[in-house]
Amino acid sequence: MIAAQAPVQRPRDARLLIVDGHGHIRHAARSEFVELLNAHDLVIANDAATLPASLHGRHAASGAVVEVRLAARASLDTADVHRFVAVVFGAGDFRTRTEDRPLPPELAPGDRLELGPLSATVESLLDHPRLVSLHFDSPARDIWAGLAAHGRPIQYAHVPAPLALWDVWTPIAAMPVAFEPPSAGFVLDWASIRAMQRRGVAFATLTLAAGISSTGDAQLDRRLPFDEPYRIPATAAAAILKARRQGGRVVAIGTTVVRALEHAAARDGVVHPGEALANQRLGPASSLRVVDAILSGTHEPDSSHYQLLRAFADDVTMAEVTAALDAHAYRTHEFGDSIFIERRVRAASQAAA
Amino acid sequence: MTTQLNERLDGVRIAITGGTSGLGLALVGELTRRGARVAFVARTRERVDEVASAHPHAYGIVGDVASKEDIYPIALQILGGLGGLDVLVNNASSLGPVPLALLADTECEDLELALATNVLGPFRLTKALLGALAASAREGLPRRLVHRSLGEGGSAGSAKAGSVVVNISSDAAINAYPQWGAYGASKAALHHLTRIWDEELAPQGVHFLSLDPGDMDTPLHALAVPDADPSTLKRPEAAAREIADAIAVRRGADGASTSAKASVDGSVSRADAVGAAP
Repeated sequence: MIAAQAPVQRPRDARLLIVDGHGHIRHAARSEFVELLNAHDLVIANDAATLPASLHGRHAASGAVVEVRLAARASLDTADVHRFVAVVFGAGDFRTRTEDRPLPPELAPGDRLELGPLSATVESLLDHPRLVSLHFDSPARDIWAGLAAHGRPIQYAHVPAPLALWDVWTPIAAMPVAFEPPSAGFVLDWASIRAMQRRGVAFATLTLAAGISSTGDAQLDRRLPFDEPYRIPATAAAAILKARRQGGRVVAIGTTVVRALEHAAARDGVVHPGEALANQRLGPASSLRVVDAILSGTHEPDSSHYQLLRAFADDVTMAEVTAALDAHAYRTHEFGDSIFIERRVRAASQAAA
Repeated sequence: MTTQLNERLDGVRIAITGGTSGLGLALVGELTRRGARVAFVARTRERVDEVASAHPHAYGIVGDVASKEDIYPIALQILGGLGGLDVLVNNASSLGPVPLALLADTECEDLELALATNVLGPFRLTKALLGALAASAREGLPRRLVHRSLGEGGSAGSAKAGSVVVNISSDAAINAYPQWGAYGASKAALHHLTRIWDEELAPQGVHFLSLDPGDMDTPLHALAVPDADPSTLKRPEAAAREIADAIAVRRGADGASTSAKASVDGSVSRADAVGAAP
């Protein structure tokens, strides 16, 4: 695959690789996505808006230049934005590959970081020289004003132009709680939502604070995804029950939706509304209890997103998918092409289990 | 007629642009009195701080809706400050040239500023906040309000209130008043934008009202008509009450099964009615 470099959410030539429940692969224009849906299907997207979570500044004790990337938070409460898990880099910015970024100066609990109008204290190191618990000392409204004035969207070297918030907020972006965009949602625009409604396809949203996708450090990357708070509205939970009753499928827009729904249903198979912390890892051994199909970006086999896709299709199919994406030069990363995978049809003996 | 209870806006999250003078300032007062959670936007920090200290429950945001670069920072602070959004009032307005000028004497830059403030600003801010407004419409009222307005027997499903965007219009959007070219043309564009948006987004539960508050005793009117007698002008507080009523009625309309459409048409055509009066 090749990296998508232009920050265009819905390129006219975006493509969609479709994998049905029997592992058959075909190619389509992504704009035809809605035509894959049937009456009574339910499409669920993540409506998290993305924070300007990259903050440049200085380590007060040493004077060294740092970039802080806010990476996780325990709650979705927008009045409680004081404490974050953050990845700290040394000098440089997104133009340098994260793998090549220097370490920050040695950080210790109590150290202060001056980040433009914001000031934060390192509370603790989280078992890695780059990963800290950070506390902002201002009232919440000053933190929001500081983020709005000084923060930039987190981005990576494959997109050369600096991103603005309008590049990374999906059209349905609502609560500003994500650290990187739930980019599968870039596929949606208001015309496609209207087209779904006209087909009798239901549309619902949940909110999951999508964390960062890469730290540039192999050891840290193995800890991804970090725990992510999510909220499932009562209307979404009710829509799932209705789709089930009517024989429709639950179609997740993006891996974050799968993570939230499967976490919410882990106890008894029923998606309960409310807020919780998704802390599970989904992979080939995971049994999906809610989601029937996923629309996602294309993902490299070494990523946690790819591991999640393995819950939908077996290894043979996934190997064919990877080969097809490469052979047809699909674009990857957040502004890239997409993939639609129906959960594999299980043998009768497995389905009964 | 609506009851007192329906005219309350307890817990409703409302953002107002141009919130430190004239109608916007009156709306900050009126809507907070009705129990709404209010964020307001204005250009100068000093004025924002003054209004915020006079209204300790309102959330002040510094930004210029005419500036493209300010829109997302404003939207971020509105959503962070209120934890979502149910109602947006695009109130900030630019007169264009001051003093008013014939269109043929109007500098292009003055027309651009009127369009940036009165058309592009509301367009951009509404677009940035549309995801939150649609989420509000999908999810309905906050639970405690469902409880209050429907009693024990109420269900969340019937309590969807819809979200509302109010765009402040003018009779100059309808009538061709000499010397009001930049303002009138920009408000006409906003009025039509409102009507089209209302048609397009009604299926998502996001409703648009174009409201003409009338000639008010405000700083903007004083710039336009310096020698007007203030006693002949409407108090902005009176206009704010009417707009708050229109918001409450529109939000109530989705819950009731009857005449929702009539209510929208009535409110939208208020601007038409004023303008079209012979």
